[in-house]
Amino acid sequence: MNSIDKELLKSISDLHSVPEGSFNIRKNGECLERRSTSDIEIISKEDKSGIDIIVHKGVKNKSVHIPVIITVGDLTDVVYNDFYIEEDADVLIVAGCGIHNPTGEESRHDGVHTFHLQKNSKVKYVEKHLGTGLGGKVLNPLTKIFMEKNSYFEMETLQLGGVTYSKRDTEAVLEDNAKVIIKEKILTTENNEAITNFDVLLKGKNSHVQVTSRSVAKGESKQVFQSNIIGENSSFGHVECDGILLDNAQIISIPKIDAKCPEASLVHEAAIGKIAGEQLIKLMSLGLSHEEAENLIIKGYLS
Amino acid sequence: MLELKNITYIVHDEKTNEERAVLKNINVKFPENKLTVITGQNGSGKSTLIKLIMGIISPTSGEIIYNGKNITNLSINERANLGITIALQQPVRFKGLTVKNLLDVASEKSNKISDACEYLSKVGLCAKNYLNRELDSTLSGGELKRIELAISLAKGGELYLFDEPEAGIDLWSFDSLVDLFKTLNDKTVIIVSHQEKIIEEADYLLIIENDGYKMGKKDEIYSILKPEPICKKLGGQNE
Repeated sequence: MNSIDKELLKSISDLHSVPEGSFNIRKNGECLERRSTSDIEIISKEDKSGIDIIVHKGVKNKSVHIPVIITVGDLTDVVYNDFYIEEDADVLIVAGCGIHNPTGEESRHDGVHTFHLQKNSKVKYVEKHLGTGLGGKVLNPLTKIFMEKNSYFEMETLQLGGVTYSKRDTEAVLEDNAKVIIKEKILTTENNEAITNFDVLLKGKNSHVQVTSRSVAKGESKQVFQSNIIGENSSFGHVECDGILLDNAQIISIPKIDAKCPEASLVHEAAIGKIAGEQLIKLMSLGLSHEEAENLIIKGYLS
Repeated sequence: MLELKNITYIVHDEKTNEERAVLKNINVKFPENKLTVITGQNGSGKSTLIKLIMGIISPTSGEIIYNGKNITNLSINERANLGITIALQQPVRFKGLTVKNLLDVASEKSNKISDACEYLSKVGLCAKNYLNRELDSTLSGGELKRIELAISLAKGGELYLFDEPEAGIDLWSFDSLVDLFKTLNDKTVIIVSHQEKIIEEADYLLIIENDGYKMGKKDEIYSILKPEPICKKLGGQNE
């Protein structure tokens, strides 16, 4: 690993060295380093690019890191990762993709992640995306989550600038008492474009989804947030989309809530606007310049 | 210390499509290291005056002189850095910023619990319970108001502006708030308030009414007010 690799890994997965437990580091379309353990097995797929990650029954308080780094231009990396979380397992999964593009050619990573959560299993999934360097840095993560009874999935997705184009699709199907919490934070600048789609099917009784999206769009960038929550059963769904708009940027929020059962309680809240003037006044009254105040508000908002 | 010279603030009234003077030809010197309470009817321009001093709004005409320097055209942060400190009437909420974040910005250092305790305990809050709380809708109006005061103490300064600091503070005893102002007796303090207990602590009173203003030592101004119950004088019903 060279210094750029290390810097990217640190930014997307807070890794300063090789992590504890199971991990798979993918660089420029190939496996750079891997450790598979008896608790969490990592197996290469034979029919296509990608890995199967099996978190065995009852495994608790373990983590698996699967970062992807791209340090070349003119590369399209498509990867299929399947996660099998067996009954009663409780695991932290840290993914993410960092692209440093040294050339003007486009670098692209399409990660298709499918999660199969067996009953009573619990996952915290953290995914950070970052782009540096020249040229196009394109990320199209597709995340599918299948949740059996009483399973729990928490997803934190963070894209803090430099990604020129991203299309993030997340689909979830929830059985009885399954719960999914999604927190998304996105910063776009210059001519970046970020599209987010959430499709959640609340199939089971007492299934529960909460989506919180906070976005900041600067420069000429554009963000589209689309959510579609379907309540087929007695269920709860809450979607909150907040956006801060600066310069000539644009944010579009398209809510769809579809209740097919009288016991389904579905809510969508959205608010988009510039930074509140009173927030700037307060911070400036503490001695910060207009620019410093703006930066602190955005930093807090996306923290 | 602080002098307002011929300050006039005119707004455009959209309903009547006419210009209306909220403040007209105000000439006031705020004595150094004294507590001046500004009081008067609702809508008489008290908060407007505080905002003009802090630079949140600009006067239509007139000058603001602070320590001999004309600060009329200085920005909010330039005035803050000269030692002017404000606690707003309506505290601001921030998604994602904590009490600690704002205390750190205000005091220009990273506050530990023991440091924060110094500021928060003065307003009746326990640092341990509040330091990492976000300044969002999970805090009540009264809590935010106390935190606003604590942040102003953390910032420090030579001239403090408190805009209705008692509003929304219900459970905390009023005496503690008054005691807090007493600790600032080596600073110049200007408080907008309707509360008699706070008015009683003033060295000077500035009464702003719709048709003018009076400024003077508390006892002088008080004697003008006293013949009528103060609340009634200020437009209220209570005796």
